[in-house]
Amino acid sequence: MIRAEWVKFRSVRGWVIAVVLAAVAIAGLGLSGGDQGTCYGNSCAQLTGPGGEAVSDSFYFVHQALTGNGTITVRLTSLASAVRVPRGGTRRAPVPWAKAGIILKAGLTPGSAYAAIMVTGSHGVRMQDDFTGDIAGPAVHAGWLRLTRSGSTVTGYASADGARWTRVGAVALPGLPATVQGGLFTTSPQWTQTSLGVAAITGSPSQSTAVFDHMALSWRGGTWAGTDVGGSSGPAAGPATGYSRAGGQFTVTGSGDIGPVTYGPSGIGTTPAQTLAGAFIALIILAVVGAMFITAEYRRGLIRVTFAACPRRGRVLAAKAAVTGLAAFAAALAGTAVAVPAGQRILRSHGVYLPPMTAVTELRMIVGTAAALAVCAVLAVAIGTIARRGAAAVAAVIALIAAPYALAVSIPVLPLGAADWLMRVTPAAAFAVEQTVVQYPQVDDVYAPAYGYFPLPAWAGLAVLCAWTAVFLALAALALNRRDA
Amino acid sequence: MRRAIRAEWAKACSDPAVPWLLAALVVLSVAVSGVTVTAARCPAAACGQDPARISLAGVYLGQAAAALAGVLALGGEYSTGMIRVTLTAIPRRRRLLAAKALVLGGPVLLASAFALGAATLAGVIVLPGHGFTAGHGFDLASWATARAWCCATAYLTLVALLGLGVTAIVRDSAVATGVVLGLLYLFPIAALAVGDQALKRRLEQIGPMSAGLDSQATIDPHSLPLAPWAGLGVVALWAAGALALGGALLRLRDA
Repeated sequence: MIRAEWVKFRSVRGWVIAVVLAAVAIAGLGLSGGDQGTCYGNSCAQLTGPGGEAVSDSFYFVHQALTGNGTITVRLTSLASAVRVPRGGTRRAPVPWAKAGIILKAGLTPGSAYAAIMVTGSHGVRMQDDFTGDIAGPAVHAGWLRLTRSGSTVTGYASADGARWTRVGAVALPGLPATVQGGLFTTSPQWTQTSLGVAAITGSPSQSTAVFDHMALSWRGGTWAGTDVGGSSGPAAGPATGYSRAGGQFTVTGSGDIGPVTYGPSGIGTTPAQTLAGAFIALIILAVVGAMFITAEYRRGLIRVTFAACPRRGRVLAAKAAVTGLAAFAAALAGTAVAVPAGQRILRSHGVYLPPMTAVTELRMIVGTAAALAVCAVLAVAIGTIARRGAAAVAAVIALIAAPYALAVSIPVLPLGAADWLMRVTPAAAFAVEQTVVQYPQVDDVYAPAYGYFPLPAWAGLAVLCAWTAVFLALAALALNRRDA
Repeated sequence: MRRAIRAEWAKACSDPAVPWLLAALVVLSVAVSGVTVTAARCPAAACGQDPARISLAGVYLGQAAAALAGVLALGGEYSTGMIRVTLTAIPRRRRLLAAKALVLGGPVLLASAFALGAATLAGVIVLPGHGFTAGHGFDLASWATARAWCCATAYLTLVALLGLGVTAIVRDSAVATGVVLGLLYLFPIAALAVGDQALKRRLEQIGPMSAGLDSQATIDPHSLPLAPWAGLGVVALWAAGALALGGALLRLRDA
């Protein structure tokens, strides 16, 4: 049965050419290079945090060396942010993740361990540590902050009046040296805004200025020094940073971010999903071939011969689905196996930063994308069986799979919420197998499917597609058994 | 010629596929435009977005319905064998194709004009409330907005004619659908994927979709790969080329 279907598939030259074209489209667009990056040679060595993940670590630091245990208390009276406008100069604007507060850091080297208590632009008080740790505190916008070190444990407190304190959180930093750099900091991340999906993006570096007073230090007082940690290497570098002191009042202006790196327009580089741009073209080709594999039989009347040869109609459908799925999988795998590894190498050689991937993730991306395309082709067979007419089947397949994928990923014009929603419920959700990066709620970026940030995990996306396919295959089997050929 | 048109009109009216696709064109275009218009924001900071493109975002999906209408106008006849009867009645092949183009183009033009008119109107009413005001340098009730509406309407009609031409070439509705959608979507994706800036610009200039959508621009048209009317010209060349080739093949080949 499967052999009979395979002979039919093989004998139509157009289908064989189409399947080969699908593989060529994936490989060809994957190798075409993508955008030009800016990181060449040494500048491409991405800063990593204590956990080994890529991080940004640039902020303005008013610090002194502090040995042993102790407490810093300070009152933050204001935090004001501004973004750079295209024609030069700055304009005041809210920056939700602007940060200002107290930090204890292993050293002045970017990427070293730290713990900090801070007030943010619009996310209240936060206790953060080692770039990925984030604990939410009270939602006040200015007030008293306190950071206490006891051995390797650092505890953060917040207060509205300086008398009654709320414990925000305690973190353990096992590698913290006896002498750390501690003091006040301000930083302010890249500001990005989108419309028309992510097809139109505007953004610019931002800077924030915080005013502190009532500084109290339990350590014996040394002298304060100002350092622009991370300096000009940060993505948001540029605006004037620095600090001034008048009596007990510190005014600190900083720009940059302390946190994990993201790969959207506010972040750096791109995700490996970029190498699979050709998957969309392959999807259209394979869906058309899958739908035609059955509708062509109806058109030519061959279906009657097929059913005469094998009266068990469900088995005919199963054989057709198996042949289509395997042919599509083999072709797509040939394409993705070239596109993902070689495409990444080419992007890197163009100076584009790509997050490192484990071999397992890379394999999942290669095999998973091929599997998603193969299941899409099987779904097309099922739809073709139900529709029986080529054009109607192709239209349905395009509307169901290709259009959501195009609007959310390839030519993204939909607003982010709508794009995420499409990538959750439509069969196109399966392309979440291209996901290789993590979304961080404490970093503002455009987490869009177009940048490789999918709303579902890889396996869940594939499960959505498989559920669609199972339902349509069942409907197709039902229709085949109840209808005359 | 008039008899050919009347015959084609009678066929188009009796085939439910084309009216359904025109309805789909209107619904899809208005729905996508409605979503983008509601979601678009122009906060006081640098907002370099084109309000006309936001209002007309429905074209991205509406064009699939337009292309399919073009494909089915001829592809349906090939799949049922009706084409032989048609060619017996109207043996002049190019006259038949011209009649089909007119009967297809007219309703698609009207449906697109209506759908995109509604989308533009939604943008003109809603967008000023979202920050697209004269104070930010936007003038939605301008000649440029009307031009964007005209160009988008013409674009959808030309995409339908492109579908008709491609179907005349490949003679199968499923393959034609794949080819037309591939043509439309391949160029923008390839342009995103290539690194070379000159090649990227060239791809955006010759691709029917990116060139055609450039014609909707109302702000800063000089930064685009093509001037608005030139962009529409590129799409017209694609449609005319497909129709001319399809007409020639129709003459040379047996049905």
